[in-house]
Amino acid sequence: MTGDVAVLGAGMHPWGKWGRSFVEYGTAAARTALADAGLDWRDVTSVVGADTVRGGYPGYVAGATFAKALGWQGARVTSVYAACASGAQAVSTARTQILAGLADVVLVVGADAAPKGFFRPAGGDRPDDPDWLRFRVLGATNPAYFGLYARRRMALHGDTLEDFARVKVKNAAAGTLNPNARYRKTVSAEEVAASAVVADPLRLLDICATSDGGAALVLTSMEFARRRGVRDPVRIRAVSTVTPTYPTTVPDLPDIATDSAAGAEPQGPGFRASIARAAYEEAGIGPEDLSLAEVYDLSTALELQWYEDLGLCDAGEGAKLLRDGATALGGRIPVNVSGGLASFGEAVPAQAIAQVCELTWQLRGAAGDRQVEGARVGVTANQGLFGHGSSVVAVR
Amino acid sequence: MGRTRTPVVAGWFTGEGDDFRLLGTRCAACASVFFPREDGLCRNPACAGGELVEVPLSRRGRVWSYTDGRYRPPAPYVSDPELPWEPRTLIAVELAAERMVVLGQGVEGVSVADLEVGMEVEVVPGVLGEEGDDESGTVWTTWQWRPTGVRA
Repeated sequence: MTGDVAVLGAGMHPWGKWGRSFVEYGTAAARTALADAGLDWRDVTSVVGADTVRGGYPGYVAGATFAKALGWQGARVTSVYAACASGAQAVSTARTQILAGLADVVLVVGADAAPKGFFRPAGGDRPDDPDWLRFRVLGATNPAYFGLYARRRMALHGDTLEDFARVKVKNAAAGTLNPNARYRKTVSAEEVAASAVVADPLRLLDICATSDGGAALVLTSMEFARRRGVRDPVRIRAVSTVTPTYPTTVPDLPDIATDSAAGAEPQGPGFRASIARAAYEEAGIGPEDLSLAEVYDLSTALELQWYEDLGLCDAGEGAKLLRDGATALGGRIPVNVSGGLASFGEAVPAQAIAQVCELTWQLRGAAGDRQVEGARVGVTANQGLFGHGSSVVAVR
Repeated sequence: MGRTRTPVVAGWFTGEGDDFRLLGTRCAACASVFFPREDGLCRNPACAGGELVEVPLSRRGRVWSYTDGRYRPPAPYVSDPELPWEPRTLIAVELAAERMVVLGQGVEGVSVADLEVGMEVEVVPGVLGEEGDDESGTVWTTWQWRPTGVRA
């Protein structure tokens, strides 16, 4: 037995600001994924929902919400919350159920209707919540942290504003080729430079928007896929959901300070790199085996960081890799050929699932104009608030 | 009367002027320092756990990185929507003795143009914002980072 599960179906609801309920986006994505798999909803033996917030109790109920919308049919149900890693946790849960023999056909769904503007914590006076505290005490929005990382890269590695803009130009160009993307217009470096500063040194076009959207996958056992006559499906080979290792030495959302290294020496490569390392180890591959990567470009500068954390290049070499064209479509290791969050925006519970959808289409050779030629191995990378790792390796 | 001065969070800082200090806790067993303070358990997984003792943090450190917020942050950040938004710098500071990085706002008047990674800064008392009327309102006090040698 291998640890593989088959991806029989992938689907999305196009991302944007549609002003409708997350339930609508999720069920639309689910129906598309089921049709793609050639399966009926009643064939699904387990549904795993990546949660979103629906005001008040019971807010975090995505699995059952989608199951009800699709029509109660008695399937096993799970709901998971891990902030931006919710989608990866949902994939992980589905895969675990399949490998344990608890379910044969699992529908994974994530969808959200995001608020306009900055993400913010829930209301009330909650000084025991670190996410509430960083807004209350520092006014530190998510872009504030991205600004800190970007400025640090400039000081340490000599990255420039032009390098950051180049990431947006690359991802926007890819997004023009993706019918599910929210933004489908090319962006020039001049347009990035002319956009308003949000959190120095990052500008509006360096930072991803908040979006509505949905994504879904139909995962099955390899045996089920064979019985359905699918001999060579896209397979998920690894899912990394690791936590950081104490002490973390880089300030991370939503913390006000790092751990102290006074009582324990930092071990290993740092959190983001450890997420990738766990995925590679489980999949038995290395960065040299990759055909493409979908990474979490919350900001342009953060995409460069992921190049290094994924081992696509050495520390500090991210901007050079980009400048050399290696990470563009047609390059040695294309990154975010979907258009990335730069073109989609954030729909939190959907985005890690959407990354796997893109890998699926790429590994099938069905990505149209944005196809990475001969794609065989893909990785996703993402990180959930409060210490949730997220990386998926898919192969063909 | 006048507005009451109240720390934005109780127990995180103390003192006035040159005696102003951030307060953390240190594990008596492994020497790990925590800010914000941990009063329950030591978070070092290799530590069997010791008493968590309140300690003042170093007054001075070096800029790890910095940024600012050009748009008004959402609640629970307190700001007067009637007034134009004035960006505040946000500075991440490396404390050598504690081997940790602590975020804080820069003092009023310090912009990102005044800062550089590696520059020395010191912690000073500051005001986060004011709420309510002159009689019964609150002045929320906090800590801020100020480049050394610069006197506001």
